[in-house]
Amino acid sequence: MLGNLDFDVIRRALPYLFYEGMTFTLTLTFLAALGGLIFGTALALMRLSGFKILGRIAGIYVDFMRSLPLVLVIFWFYFLVPYIGQWVTGASRPISVGAFTSSLVTFIMFEAAYFSEIMRAGIQSISRGQPAAASALGLTYAQSMRYVVLPQAFRNMLPVLITQTIVLFQDTSLVYVLSITDFLGAASKVAQRDGRLVEMYLFAAVVYFTISCIASYGVRRLQARIAIIR
Amino acid sequence: MIEISHVNKWYSPTFQVLTDCTTNVTKGEVVVVCGPSGSGKSTLIKCVNALEPFQSGDILVDGTKVNDPKTDLPKLRSRVGMVFQHFELFPHLKIIDNLCLAQEKVLGRGHDKAQAKGMQLLERVGLKEQAQKFPAQLSGGQQQRVAIARALAMDPIVMLFDEPTSALDPEMVSEVLDVMVDLAREGMTMMVVTHEMGFARKVANRVIFMDRGEIVEDAAKDDFFGKPRSDRAQKFLSKILSH
Repeated sequence: MLGNLDFDVIRRALPYLFYEGMTFTLTLTFLAALGGLIFGTALALMRLSGFKILGRIAGIYVDFMRSLPLVLVIFWFYFLVPYIGQWVTGASRPISVGAFTSSLVTFIMFEAAYFSEIMRAGIQSISRGQPAAASALGLTYAQSMRYVVLPQAFRNMLPVLITQTIVLFQDTSLVYVLSITDFLGAASKVAQRDGRLVEMYLFAAVVYFTISCIASYGVRRLQARIAIIR
Repeated sequence: MIEISHVNKWYSPTFQVLTDCTTNVTKGEVVVVCGPSGSGKSTLIKCVNALEPFQSGDILVDGTKVNDPKTDLPKLRSRVGMVFQHFELFPHLKIIDNLCLAQEKVLGRGHDKAQAKGMQLLERVGLKEQAQKFPAQLSGGQQQRVAIARALAMDPIVMLFDEPTSALDPEMVSEVLDVMVDLAREGMTMMVVTHEMGFARKVANRVIFMDRGEIVEDAAKDDFFGKPRSDRAQKFLSKILSH
């Protein structure tokens, strides 16, 4: 069976797969993780703040996002954003938003729900004495969060945050519903064009598997290092 | 310096932790607060810099009302040093950065000036060589000395100690007490919650004895150790001094 396979198609498609496809995938993963972490941390702070209304809003947002399938959100958002943009800017017709911007915004908003839960656990893992000591030194609430609590919460949660980013890396392949050329999209296009579905999808699987595996191994190493510092 | 008058605090409508506490600490005075566990000593000292809220009564620190909503609490707290039972050094920062953080962010001191002040204080508590280490690399006694240095770096007008030696191994207690004794002898105003009666005997001006949220006895040191007026203080003293 393997005799019929033409693995040379992979070699020929490599530049396209990596320069176009993987670059897009990694850029989207990195920016979505960064944006999701910032937005997610803000949500976590809202939930842990003393203000009930803020906490409720953040809670509802997180529950809402976590109750929807990602594909649906991506799809939905792509068609909705132009109209939201129109409404916000008061333009006469729906504004055009590129597929990249649309998918980036979607992933940031979706991942923020997950990152916020991770950061919330991280903040709660810091003993009450730490912010108390910061306050006793005269630091304001914001300063105590920024210089004392969040750096520790982030460090404690780094392995979990990276693990979530690995999941995100795999999830970015779902942008195929918007016909975007991410890594899987590129592989899929070559596969269709050359009629080499098995080879290309096998190769895509190997690449995703390898990158995720190496990253997971890195996380385990990191966990061991953090454990020593603590 | 610290005026505490008729302070009441409830954790819940039925659970009162502080009952009508009234006392004061004048400039240069060292006041030791003792009493059985659960008597509200730590809660009272935490009310002084508003780490714990209270429902009625007043506390004034250097003329500023702690429980006034208009009071700039961060500013007030930056002038009141506090040392905690569990040290509470910031584990993600080096020792020297633990001393510099609040100097730079709260007092607005330049980095070099803050470092110089930090090193000077580390030398004073005998830990200059540890400046570049992280808190977890130090022993408990060393960490607590760093915590004292960190509080002193803010040039406080008064120092609060909340059971500074009760989380320490016995052989480390004295190195911390030595620093505190020096501080007291230099004229620092101090309010100290502790069970170390040796420390109280050595440097305290007054001793406050608390039980069940009330200040039962508030007496000059010699009177307290000589002949405590209340039964409860007598019992407490005989128990902790018997061995």
